[in-house]
Order: sequence, then structure tokens, then C-alpha cells
Amino acid sequence: MASTSVPLGSSSVRDYRANSLWRLTLRRIFRQRPAIIGMTLLGLLVFCAVFAPVIAPYDPEAVLIGIEDVRKREPPCIHLLGCPKDRPQHLMGIDGNVRDVFSRIIFGARISLFIGITTVSFAIIVGTILGAISGYVGGWVDLVIMRILDVLLAFPSLLLAIAIVTVLGRGLQNALLAIAIVSIPVYARVVRASVLSVKESAYVLASRALGGSHFHVLLRRILPNAIPPLIVQGTLGIGTAILDAAALSFLGLGAQPPTPEWGTMLGTERNQVFTAPHLVFFPGLAIMVTVLSFNLLGDGLRDAIDPRLKQG
Amino acid sequence: MIQYSIRRILASFPVLLGILIATFVLARLIPGDPCKAILGEKATQEVCAQFAERYGLNKPIYVQLGIYMGNVLRGDFGTSIRFSRPVTVILIERLPTTVELGLAAMTVALVVGIPAGIISAIKRNSVLDVITMVGANIGVSMPVYWLGLMLAYFFALVLKDTPFWLPPSGRLSPGVTVVPFYQVFGWSVPEAGFWRGVLDFIARLYLFNSLITGNWKVFKDALTHLILPALALSTIPMSIIARMTRSSMLEVLRLDYIRTARAKGLTERLVILKHALRNALLPIVTVVGIQVGNLFAGAVLTETIFGLAGVGSILFEAITARDFPIIQAFTVVIAIGYVVINLLVDLSYVFIDPRIRLE
Repeated sequence: MASTSVPLGSSSVRDYRANSLWRLTLRRIFRQRPAIIGMTLLGLLVFCAVFAPVIAPYDPEAVLIGIEDVRKREPPCIHLLGCPKDRPQHLMGIDGNVRDVFSRIIFGARISLFIGITTVSFAIIVGTILGAISGYVGGWVDLVIMRILDVLLAFPSLLLAIAIVTVLGRGLQNALLAIAIVSIPVYARVVRASVLSVKESAYVLASRALGGSHFHVLLRRILPNAIPPLIVQGTLGIGTAILDAAALSFLGLGAQPPTPEWGTMLGTERNQVFTAPHLVFFPGLAIMVTVLSFNLLGDGLRDAIDPRLKQG
Repeated sequence: MIQYSIRRILASFPVLLGILIATFVLARLIPGDPCKAILGEKATQEVCAQFAERYGLNKPIYVQLGIYMGNVLRGDFGTSIRFSRPVTVILIERLPTTVELGLAAMTVALVVGIPAGIISAIKRNSVLDVITMVGANIGVSMPVYWLGLMLAYFFALVLKDTPFWLPPSGRLSPGVTVVPFYQVFGWSVPEAGFWRGVLDFIARLYLFNSLITGNWKVFKDALTHLILPALALSTIPMSIIARMTRSSMLEVLRLDYIRTARAKGLTERLVILKHALRNALLPIVTVVGIQVGNLFAGAVLTETIFGLAGVGSILFEAITARDFPIIQAFTVVIAIGYVVINLLVDLSYVFIDPRIRLE
């Protein structure tokens, strides 16, 4: 065994650092085609969200009556595809309130990304606290927390979110809270499982024996184990959160008009699907691409972080 | 196994009790007075007092909970505040729509998802595999209601005047009526009660009812109305099942006994279907169980889009109208459905893998 000791600062130590788990993971991610596609799509969305005022040709809430010669629910007019040059160009057409759909879709990227990231962050924070306490303390505390989460899980998440929004009142903020609440159990379970798997390990016991407080041991020794599965679950969860938020808005419970939220845009124009299909098609496509990008990235991350879970 | 089933059923009682209490509390947390929600903002205080008296809303909350629990145990879910009709009757009217839709969607998901996953696994990295997996990824990312609307647009408008035209809403065409099978068979049935409820429930499964009575016109009409909503609702479970089948099959196909089976000279078909698939089924069944549960959530959206009067749409309406008895009854039914499906999934493990002993 003595021959394996390595002096600090030697090249082997540097090699070891260069091959740390995170670097390896990052390298593996870049070898996954789906993950690369996911990241590219996501990069495009983030670009749209950040530079929305530059990309969008119109104000997303501006009504174009009197400004341009356009009609309500006019189909897309693209000059490159043969639309007369004297007509104003509207890549995705005009909506029921005579606004430019393309500009609304571009600004909608901001809202959707915001929805996904805030809800999942909230759910991860609360889920981690609950899961960590549940797993670490054990006993009746574990029993009570897990049974309450079981009850939450027994409801279809969308129905529960609908009920919570009805309690709290309509609106984007409450819809976000509702979606965050219904996704807590998933993260709590992931963290609890990680805590349970290492709680009795020698290094955890050693840390305790060295005088580490419960808080220190939990935060510095145990919880880091839960980070990889949480990242994977969180990335996949963002997609679900965006889908659920759009569904709530579609039902009229989430973001309210004139907010350029994709679900709301779809919901308000859904009865026009036969007369103006572009008003339904484009917001739905935007939701799909966004969710797809997070799903692809999440799958890639999972395969890179834990190849045993590879889903193919 | 019977012992295990009984124990599992008993163990699910605390969760069901929790659900009963949670729905009760949640329903009452919904802000706004049910009286004003039902009778309108102009309802006077006197009218509302009478209203509260009639539905027991003026009693202390724990008394209401006690009465409610007692009634539920007797199978009485009370009277809908909005429709002034027994909730059980509404349940019998609405549940078959959702059950039929859910079964059809799940059938499509299984019939397409499992073979797609198997083929994908066998022809790994082929064009077919890539197409299937890209399709599955898109499938799980699609909003159900968007797909529903697009399908309705395509099949009802674009394909109008072609043989592929499909109706965009409802369960039956106007003018088509369903005669319950017990009337066709000339059975004498009780006016009301439990058995009448069961018979009515079965009769409202239009496909089944028209199939056993041999009424092909109704059968065809109901089927054409069911295709689009079932297709929309099936995409997510179908995609997830296909992905799970693929990964589970890939896992199994690497194993030694598969090589042995091939070395013995068994046909590829036998190796795949009997040796590999059977052993790959366990995770697939688990995923199917979870997806059956999620169908209820999808049903809210699908039923809204396709104008179907099912459980999902009434639950959404009831929540917004603060119709407590309906919210409670339907949530409890969905929760019981969850528990039963999970139990069935666990029990099916024994049949799929005889090494598993349930204790």
C-alpha cells in the first residue's frame, strides 16, 4: 500500500483533479447527441429570452390597429414565401387582439424559462429540506413527512395544482406556487433516498466521531451525494413544470391576458382553431420545443452522471 | 398472495383517509361563498342562510367533516350544490366517459408503445430506432391540448369530405341514441339502487354497450368520436412506454441466457417474445401503472378540448364553482382508482416473475 502514496503537487494529483467527477461528467455530456441538441435548443431559447426586445419586431402587447393595415387573426405574411412586399411582414400572423404573434412568442420565452426555473428551484429547496430531515432523523418524523407526501402524490398533479390555484386565486404567481408545491414530493424522495443510502457509511460516522454537528454532517458530508440525482430530476422537472404551467394558463387559471404566455395565448384562441389555426399552432410549438430541450438535456445529464440509469 | 392483498388494501386506508380529509379541507379553503358562486352575487343574506342550512354549511367545520365521513362510508356522497342532484347519479353519468377514453388511450399506448420499443431495441441505432426515439421524445414534450386541437383541425377540417374525416367533439353524432343493453335484452331492472347504478354505468360505456347489443351503427359512430381524443391522450403514455420498453429490452438482450437461447437454435421471434420480453416486462408494467394514474390529469385537458362530459371536465368545473360534494366525491374516486391500480401492478409482478414472492 505504501507504494501508492503520491506526493502533493505531483503530476498524478493534477491528473486526478483533471479527471474529477464533474469534469468526466461534462466530457460525457458533450459526447451525447441528444444532450447537445437539447443544449443548442436551450441556448437558442435563452438567447431569445435575453434579447427579446431586439429580436421582436413589435411590442408584444401593442395593438396594431391604426398603426398598420392589418386585420384581426390575419395568417402569417412572410415576404420570402411570396407575401406581397407592400404588406407588413408578420412571421406568425396576427392574433385576435391585432397583435404580432411572433413578438409575443419571443417574449413568451422569458416567461416560460422563468416559470420552469423558479418553480423547480423552489420545489428543490423545500423538497431537499423535507427529504433530508425525513431521511436523517428517521422514526416517526420520517413516517409523518412521507405519509403527507404520499397523500400529495396520490392526486394527479395537474388536478392538485388546479385546486391549489383555486384556493390561492388565479394568476401566474399562484400558478407557479401551485406547480412548485405539487412537485415537492419527487425531490423530497430523491434526497431522502440519497440520505438513507449513505447515512450509515463509515465516512459519515467518522465525521460525527470527529465532532461534526448534525447540521455539518448533513450539509457537508451527506447532501452532496444528492446533488447529481437532483440535477437530473430538476432538469427533467423544468420541462414538466413548463407543461403544467402552460396547461393551467390554457385553462384560464395561470397567467392572465395580455401577458404573452404561450399557454394563455393558446387558451384564449382555442376556439379559433378552425378559422385561424396559426394562433394555436405556434404557441404550442414553442411550448413543445422548450419542453423538448429540457427533456433532451435531462436525459443526457442522467446518462452522463449515472450510466447505470441509461434509458437509451 | 391473498393475505398480501388484504394487507395492502388495509395499508392503503390511512392514505385514503388522508385524501378524504385533505379534499374536505382543500375544498373548504377555496375562497368565495358557494352560495354566491351558485346563486349569483346578488343572493341576499336570507337566501344564503337558507342555502347554508340546506347543505349543512352553517355547522362547525368538524361537524361537517364528521357527517361527511359517515355519509361516505355509507356510499352517500351527498347532493351536488350546483346541479341539485345526487352526486352518485352524476358519477354514474360521467365516469363511463372517462373510463372509456382512458381505456382506449391506454390500449393505443400499449399496442403502439411496446412493439415500437421492442423493434427499437432489436434494431438499435438503426434509422427506425432513431425515428422511434425522436418521436417518443417529442411525444412526451407535447402539450396534450395542443395535440388535440391540431388533430381536430387536421382530421375534421383539412380532411373534410374524405373518408378519413373524423368528428372533432362529442361522444356521438346528433340524433344517434344508445339503447341500454338491459332494455334491448328485455331485462326487468330495478328503478334505482346499487345494481341499477352498475347496469347504467356499463350501458354508458357506449362502445361496449353497442358491441354486445350488436348495434353497429352506434358502435361505428362512438368509435369515430373516440379516436381523436384517445390518440391525443395516448401520446405521453405511449412515448414513455416505448422508451421504457426499449431500455428494458436492451438490458435483457445483453444477458447470457439470451445468447444461450440463440445458441440452442431457437427462432429469433421466440427468443425476443418469450425469453427477452417476459423478463423485460417488470419495469414496463410499473411505468404503465404510473401512466394510468396520469391519464386522469390528461383527461381534464382532453375532455375540455373535445367537449366530453367526463370526470376531468366536471372536476374542473366543480373546483371553479366551489361545488364541494362533487369535488370530494370525484377526488376520492380518482384516489381509489390510484390505489387499486397500484395494487394490481404489484400483484402482476408475481405472474410476470414467479421468483417474486409477495409477503
